[in-house]
Amino acid sequence: MNPSNAGGAAPAANGKGKLAMYWAASCGGCEIAVLALNEKILDVAAAFDIVFWPVVIDAKVRDVEAMEDGAIDVCLFNGSIRTSEQEHMAHLLRRKSKVLVAFGSCACEGCIPGLANLSNREEVFQTVYHDTPSTENPQGQRPQRETPVPEGTLHLPVFYDSVHTLEQMVPVDYFLPGCPPEAERIWDAVTAILENKLPEPGSVIGADTSVCDECKRKRSEKRIKQFKRTWQVWPDEETCLLEQGILCCGISTRAGCGARCPEVNSPCIGCYGPNNGVRDCGARLMSAVASVIDSNDPEEVDRIIHQGIPDPVGSFYRFSLAASALRRRKLEKRETATEQHPGETDR
Amino acid sequence: MADTQFEPKLVGFLCRWCSYTGADLAGTSRKEYPPNLTPLRVMCSGRVDPTFVLHALAQGADGVLIAGCHPGDCHYKEGNYKAMRRYRMLLELLDTFGIERDRVRLEWISASEGDLFAETVADLTDKVRQLGPLNWSANWEENGERSEALQAIVLEHERAMEVVR
Repeated sequence: MNPSNAGGAAPAANGKGKLAMYWAASCGGCEIAVLALNEKILDVAAAFDIVFWPVVIDAKVRDVEAMEDGAIDVCLFNGSIRTSEQEHMAHLLRRKSKVLVAFGSCACEGCIPGLANLSNREEVFQTVYHDTPSTENPQGQRPQRETPVPEGTLHLPVFYDSVHTLEQMVPVDYFLPGCPPEAERIWDAVTAILENKLPEPGSVIGADTSVCDECKRKRSEKRIKQFKRTWQVWPDEETCLLEQGILCCGISTRAGCGARCPEVNSPCIGCYGPNNGVRDCGARLMSAVASVIDSNDPEEVDRIIHQGIPDPVGSFYRFSLAASALRRRKLEKRETATEQHPGETDR
Repeated sequence: MADTQFEPKLVGFLCRWCSYTGADLAGTSRKEYPPNLTPLRVMCSGRVDPTFVLHALAQGADGVLIAGCHPGDCHYKEGNYKAMRRYRMLLELLDTFGIERDRVRLEWISASEGDLFAETVADLTDKVRQLGPLNWSANWEENGERSEALQAIVLEHERAMEVVR
């Protein structure tokens, strides 16, 4: 097989930059978000040669492996790291890219896949291959690391116990948060790259205010006697949602979305991640929300929390658990390393 | 666990007006208490963002003490009430993360309560010692299989590409 047919190592004869996009543990929404650029996608195509983007062009991993280091100008990496294959791709694309962008909430802070950090591999497998009502698996089969076939042995990547952010695995140049990033913010980033006006490496490409700054609702003093779930009330359309007892994450969430959810009477769920200077998004939000509970009696405070916020981690860390200080639930130590393929024996 | 040599690392966030002075009093009164707690002075227990506690635990502390003025005595009127509300919420969070509630304690200690400070530190040290080390960062280290698996992928791809070494 000839590895050099990808054109990766060839110089850019047309003066275009080389663009790659990759998809690890994520839903695919980030890829669609790029299409939300609409006709501006043509500008992107005019400025860049797409050298690797599995959902768009037919380039293979071996094509990337054959490139010289640093051959890709910009790589947009979306998705968090859940398996050894994804980690391998993160290392590979880091090596081959001049600029590596953590694209979207999963790559930046773990996002919804990161909530799996409240479980471990065994629990995830148990749910997926056994417990869900729609699963029919009478032989109790599970994915195997190695499967012998006549042609040799097939391998599956290791499924990690924890979901990791991209930055926890490789150095990242820029972060483009959002679930998914809004088209305007993607265009800002593309423009910054094209005009060579990128900010300091390591920074977030986006606003440094909070969703509350973009929200048009009226704010006054916050005192909360009762938290309400969204299905329990029809919120007043003028007043701050948090003041109405609805858990709105706008106060600790980075602006950039245009406060779209509060605008349609739905609370911010925090998809744009922590604002500048916030190290632990959930803890900061929790701190702000807890401090405005209108009671000085610990028992009443407990009651207000239990009644209104049944799932504190899911509410406060919905998008940021994998990037938080604690990262995951306590992991019970496995007895032996061989237990790594649960279900192998019960086939 | 208690009679092994495990010495817990404790971090204490002490309010500048009451509890830190209380800790001073414990010292000047020559109260004996375990040396496990590293005190950090904050202006008010209301300054203690839960982030501080979580970072302390994530970075190697086995337990955390938050201490402030008694209810009604806060120098800033209601900072300690805010600390209490955050603490109640933090406990819920710790449950989900699988961290024992006994590792994180909120106590009201006035400037005249040197005894109470010494007792609190002794009690917290004892409880955490019984719980054992937290060693939180070990939770996200994937086992030895990780580097092995990464190596395997590289070799497999090289074979597929017929790279000669």
